[in-house]
Amino acid sequence: MQDRASFSRRNFIKAAAAAPALGLLPASVRDALAAGGITVGFIYVGARDDFGYNQAHAQAAAALKKLPGVKVIEEEKVPETVAVQKSMEAMIVQDKAAVVFATSFGYFDPHVLKVAQKYPNAHIAHCGGLWSEGKHPKNVASYFGYIDECEYLSGIVAGLTSKTGKFGFVAAKPIPQVLRNINAFTLGARSVNPNATTRVIFTGDWAMPVKEAEAANSLLDQGCDVLTCHVDGPKVVVETAERRGAFSCGYHASQAKLAPKGYLTGAEWDWVTPNTTFVKALQEGKPFPNFVRGGLKEGFVKMSPYGAVVSEKARKAADDVKAKMLKGEFVIFKGPLKDNTGKEVIPAGKSFAQQAIELEGMNYLVEGVIGSV
Amino acid sequence: MSAAPARPRPLIDALLPLAAIVIALMLFSLFVALEGQAPQEVLETIFAGAFGDAFGWQNTLLRAAPLILTGLAVALPARAGLVIIGGEGALAFGALGAAAAAVPLAGAPNLVLWLAMALSGMLAGGVLIGFSGALRQWRGVNETISSLLLSYIAVALMNHFVEGPLRDPASLNKPSTLPLAPEAMLGNLPGLDVHVGLAVGLVCAVLAWVFLRFTIWGFTVRVVGGNPRAAAMAGLAVTPWVIGLCAVGGAMAGLAGMLEVAAVHGSCNASLLVGYGHAGILIAFIARQNPLAVIPAAILIGGIGAAGSLLQRRLDMPDATVLVLQGILFVVLIAMETLRGRAWRIPQLSAPRLAKATPAPEEAA
Repeated sequence: MQDRASFSRRNFIKAAAAAPALGLLPASVRDALAAGGITVGFIYVGARDDFGYNQAHAQAAAALKKLPGVKVIEEEKVPETVAVQKSMEAMIVQDKAAVVFATSFGYFDPHVLKVAQKYPNAHIAHCGGLWSEGKHPKNVASYFGYIDECEYLSGIVAGLTSKTGKFGFVAAKPIPQVLRNINAFTLGARSVNPNATTRVIFTGDWAMPVKEAEAANSLLDQGCDVLTCHVDGPKVVVETAERRGAFSCGYHASQAKLAPKGYLTGAEWDWVTPNTTFVKALQEGKPFPNFVRGGLKEGFVKMSPYGAVVSEKARKAADDVKAKMLKGEFVIFKGPLKDNTGKEVIPAGKSFAQQAIELEGMNYLVEGVIGSV
Repeated sequence: MSAAPARPRPLIDALLPLAAIVIALMLFSLFVALEGQAPQEVLETIFAGAFGDAFGWQNTLLRAAPLILTGLAVALPARAGLVIIGGEGALAFGALGAAAAAVPLAGAPNLVLWLAMALSGMLAGGVLIGFSGALRQWRGVNETISSLLLSYIAVALMNHFVEGPLRDPASLNKPSTLPLAPEAMLGNLPGLDVHVGLAVGLVCAVLAWVFLRFTIWGFTVRVVGGNPRAAAMAGLAVTPWVIGLCAVGGAMAGLAGMLEVAAVHGSCNASLLVGYGHAGILIAFIARQNPLAVIPAAILIGGIGAAGSLLQRRLDMPDATVLVLQGILFVVLIAMETLRGRAWRIPQLSAPRLAKATPAPEEAA
């Protein structure tokens, strides 16, 4: 309503000059454009308030809304099929979005690539780190974070809090990204308790609340006293642990509210950092970055604040390693490292920094993990 | 006014779904108003998103394309009197079958490749749902339950093959089968931003309608679906017809799976399971199991999907808004069905009662 009241001749001329298609735009977007601002689109694969993967992205969208001259439009529960192609197109064509953040991993191939080729002047930033020079269009970008750093720190905290030395990990699929998190968590825990073990259960898909609850209960029945997970919505796992008096470490976003007693800490995304990089580049007319990655040091990931039950000793141990990570002096995956079948996967003397391509194809579980891929 | 009241009224029957849509929109407006949004603005946005312009129409048709086929997957067995709800599994099986057929044929001429993929996909989907029909005819297993359970098995098998034997080793974090070459992908319909799957769906729906409406076999199906015991007494082969229609229904969903692989995803992976098979149940019921009516029903559901997209972007409403609309629509449509074929007159008590009071012929006579 206010938009119409503030309608003036100047705005009208600007709007009329912009493009005939602007007639389709809602007044608020028209104003943002007239003010020299840009429109930014966000597409989520699940619900914005899932206490997990999508909420982490929506938090960044909410932060972008506060930037001057930025108008944010969002769409949730968009499946990884023609629906996302049409949503991206609509944001580009109907809403004149300068950049669309396609936040689900499965959006990339073929959907993001197809739409990007069709609209070479639009920009699409995809979360997942798949873009490669020469192979993919220049108006597509990848951004991703090294969240295994936070998993390692969570492992340290869990290792120093647990009484049984047994941890339960509810995971979606045995794919490299997930295995890397399970391994980092276990390595962190075993760095402070060499006898610690992680039991892993794969549920088979990203959002399987019933299976996640079954897995969590079964892990607790096996004597695990700290649960963590890599699924889209950690809500079920964290709540189950809390209900049964066990500890939990979160993932994606903070689940502290769901488990005020047992929540230790968690590995969270901080997408505000990469998202702002893209938006600033477009606002300032700088070249669009194609590949943006970072860890704790770069502010792409962060830890949930420690829960009340976390001891001073555990806090200090984790903070010490975190300080090294922030200086870029810490390597998680280094030799000699054996997998849980006894095979050497990283020989002694060799170490893989976060950017190492070898880590992208991880297909093993390290010693101390009970389970198989 | 004095004609027999039990005869169906084609005009009124055709108006029933329209009336249902109007009533559903009114109820939905009430809901929207309670949520503090302006109903008129919301309805306008829904219409604009689904049918407002060329972009909206193509968005709607693209979403409707697989739904026509999955709607047929429910509607065709229903003509033989079976309630099949395993379309999602048949779609998964079809996609897997199509992707598996494409592996040894990489580099073959496109037409050969597409035909092989389509046949393989239809066979896979057809076998799955045909099996459900066979269980019902030969073992007395309820086909609704068995098709649902078989659907879970099919999805699990698809995931197993996609993540195991058929996995493209290069698909690290999104397990998929080997992708089709870009030039082997099915393209768009001329002048449209909608893939050829739409045309395939339309052709299948029309063929199914012609077959059921105008052929002697279609008449047979009507008898089998109307009263299997009477059909058997009349010497009709009930079991082959029932299993056959299940298989054809499954083949339709399998074909939808093949099209998802060949026209959208390029490979078989978990992303192509987005509930098209389940939406098919809704569509078949809206269409009253009529293959031709499946087309507008699929377009309606596709349009609601397209509208949801615009509604979220323009009015910041949650995705669940259109689910509410879809739910209200479904309930009202089903409720309106109870009015179908009724006497639309002030009740004249004598005539219908008399008709009902006519004694049924003695069975053993």
